Amino acid sequence: MAINEKAILKSELRWGAVVGVIVAIILGAILFAALSMHINPPSNREYIDPKTLHLSSEFTEGNLGTRVDPNGRVVSRVITTQFEFVPNCITVPANRDVTLRFASPDVIHGILVTGTNVNTMVIPGYVAQVHTRFTKTGDLLMPCHEYCGLGHSQMVATVKVVPPEQFRTDPQGRAVCGNRR
Amino acid sequence: MATVADPIPASPPAPRRAVVSGELNVRGLVAAHLWVAVAAFLVACALGVWQMWARSPIEAPAHTASNYFRSVTLHGVSMAFVLTTFFIMGFGYYVAETALKRRMPGLTYAWLAFWMGITGTLMAALSVISGNASVLYTFYPPLTATPWFYIGLVLVVVGSWIWCVLMIAAMRGWKADNPGRPVPLAMFATVANAVMWLWTTVGVAAELLFQVIPAAFGWNGMIDVGLSRTLFSWTLHAIVYFWLFPAYIAFYTMAPRAAGGRLYSDTMGRIAFVLFLLYSLPVGLHHLFMDPEHSNGFKFIQMFLTALVSVPTLLTVFTITASMEIAGRMRGGTGLLGWIGALPWGRPMVLATGLAFLMLFFGGGGGLINMSYGMNAMIHNTSWVTAHFHLIFGGTVVIMYFAIAYAMWPSITGRHFPSLKPLNLQLWLWFVGMMVMTLPWHYTGLQGQWRRVAAFDYSDPLIASWGPWVIVSLIGGIILMVSAVMFVANLALLHRRGIPGAPATIDYAEAVHPPTRVPSSLNGFGLWNILVALLMAGAYGYPIAQFFIDPPPQAVIHQLS
Repeated sequence: MAINEKAILKSELRWGAVVGVIVAIILGAILFAALSMHINPPSNREYIDPKTLHLSSEFTEGNLGTRVDPNGRVVSRVITTQFEFVPNCITVPANRDVTLRFASPDVIHGILVTGTNVNTMVIPGYVAQVHTRFTKTGDLLMPCHEYCGLGHSQMVATVKVVPPEQFRTDPQGRAVCGNRR
Repeated sequence: MATVADPIPASPPAPRRAVVSGELNVRGLVAAHLWVAVAAFLVACALGVWQMWARSPIEAPAHTASNYFRSVTLHGVSMAFVLTTFFIMGFGYYVAETALKRRMPGLTYAWLAFWMGITGTLMAALSVISGNASVLYTFYPPLTATPWFYIGLVLVVVGSWIWCVLMIAAMRGWKADNPGRPVPLAMFATVANAVMWLWTTVGVAAELLFQVIPAAFGWNGMIDVGLSRTLFSWTLHAIVYFWLFPAYIAFYTMAPRAAGGRLYSDTMGRIAFVLFLLYSLPVGLHHLFMDPEHSNGFKFIQMFLTALVSVPTLLTVFTITASMEIAGRMRGGTGLLGWIGALPWGRPMVLATGLAFLMLFFGGGGGLINMSYGMNAMIHNTSWVTAHFHLIFGGTVVIMYFAIAYAMWPSITGRHFPSLKPLNLQLWLWFVGMMVMTLPWHYTGLQGQWRRVAAFDYSDPLIASWGPWVIVSLIGGIILMVSAVMFVANLALLHRRGIPGAPATIDYAEAVHPPTRVPSSLNGFGLWNILVALLMAGAYGYPIAQFFIDPPPQAVIHQLS
């Protein structure tokens, strides 16, 4: 096997071209998913003061949990705090666009919903927002997945995904876990 | 066949720093650094096993949240800051003398740096053990530990900066004595790592000095969390390449020799190390994909740069495989894959390289998924992430640390190993343990198992389904512990027993075509420093500036005690 310098350089350049193609394919797939399937990380840069969450118009107690707003959007608002979710159960309809919005009055938290790709950090100072569509019905776990102190392990909420026809709201548009009608 | 390299021009008269043959001036320095690294490693392994036991369905002793998070913090700090920094410093001193065949300048400063590191390590460790610093190795402000924890880590980092200066000085001194000649690859790479480390630590140093330590002393009551996370992310990715460099130095400059062959291309080695220097730094935002404080635009840019940092690894895989193929065929291997069997797998450096490449396939593949922008949502903060970094760092990199230690130890102790079998067994156990521990974590992570949990509620059916896999991981961890103890025993025994007469140096691999001249861009870092500055300005300029241009609301400091 001849291993003169030119042959070595040629083989390395050839491999370099292969590497370039591999990287280009990966980047192309990511670009395609981002642009035409709208798969992007949650990057909603929206400020909220952690010290006055309960004074804000959005994260007041009466507005937490799932609410269908006047133009039909389903929005769930949850406060993540040491060491619970408020409320600790939300109900959402399957097969409809749902927006989840989180805020923290204290330290860094994060959430995921098991069985889905819903995932976001909740950073004090910002409203974390995820748009999604739940496709399977059932009870899902929504743990806090970022270390937030000694009680972190106990910080888990429930997301009840119900079939669209079973998703009922009260006259103010609120839906809570445990509604049976 | 390989052409005969042009004869190297007659060297100038031996400069006053030439090493007297038979002497390893840095022997004590290297041994001290390595033993500190190994001690921290052993303690951290034991803590890791206990943590996995605590998370499993099997009852563990002393299982409280307070103990668990103390353990996680100590495990993380020991593995990520102590094992690594001390090992890299010790190995760097070793390379500076043996690859350059020259006394390393500034031995006094090196010892000063060592004692700063020890002091800092003890301050940090005692803070964690006291329970006042359960903030994990990633800190997570506004959670705030006692200031002595952070100051301890700052001391370790400042000690490592002294090491960086000494590495640069050693290379400069050699170049002055050897004008026009290429710096030996092992030292070129070591200095690339030192330069990269200086750039890397800027992020965490700024975060600690301007935000976290003042808050820990009570001088600030509020902190900009987005800014602190962004500054930390500057360090967080590049630091893993700081850890990785020794492993790649071994791939390029030790493994081909150990296999009985030559390095396929010295030039590609230099290019790979330069690419790591350039692209390890401007990519930290990929740790913040799920964060709300950055826009998609900059996340996308840094994702693109992360894809570029996969290139030097892919180049390395080719070059080292080719080097091994040369060795295999020289030993009589034939056929497309037959040369693999002909390699001397009984030599620890060769075995470790092979096992490292296997783990690199899985760990690197997982990393490509983590990097893939939107796909990161599937796995962020799940056990998949834990699996990834244990496999790629704990596996690929640390197994090479073992091999490097085994390669250095005869010159440190003056004895050859009486048998290589315990070394190879230890390496196999590490590989098997790491695979058994991390593969189930990938699976449970995809199922949604989340991180940093002191105790799972196994009465929940989904969590209960993970139980058996958690136990499998625990078994992997126990195998790793056995391997860790064997590693320490193998090194310790050589201080007492062995075949005397080991040389005071090691033989580095030669390239198929040893370079007689290389372009100055592959012999120094002036150009690359400029490019790093430009890349960082582009990738991190606005992401950091935004916190000053349009400051977000700050969070309240949460003192731990």
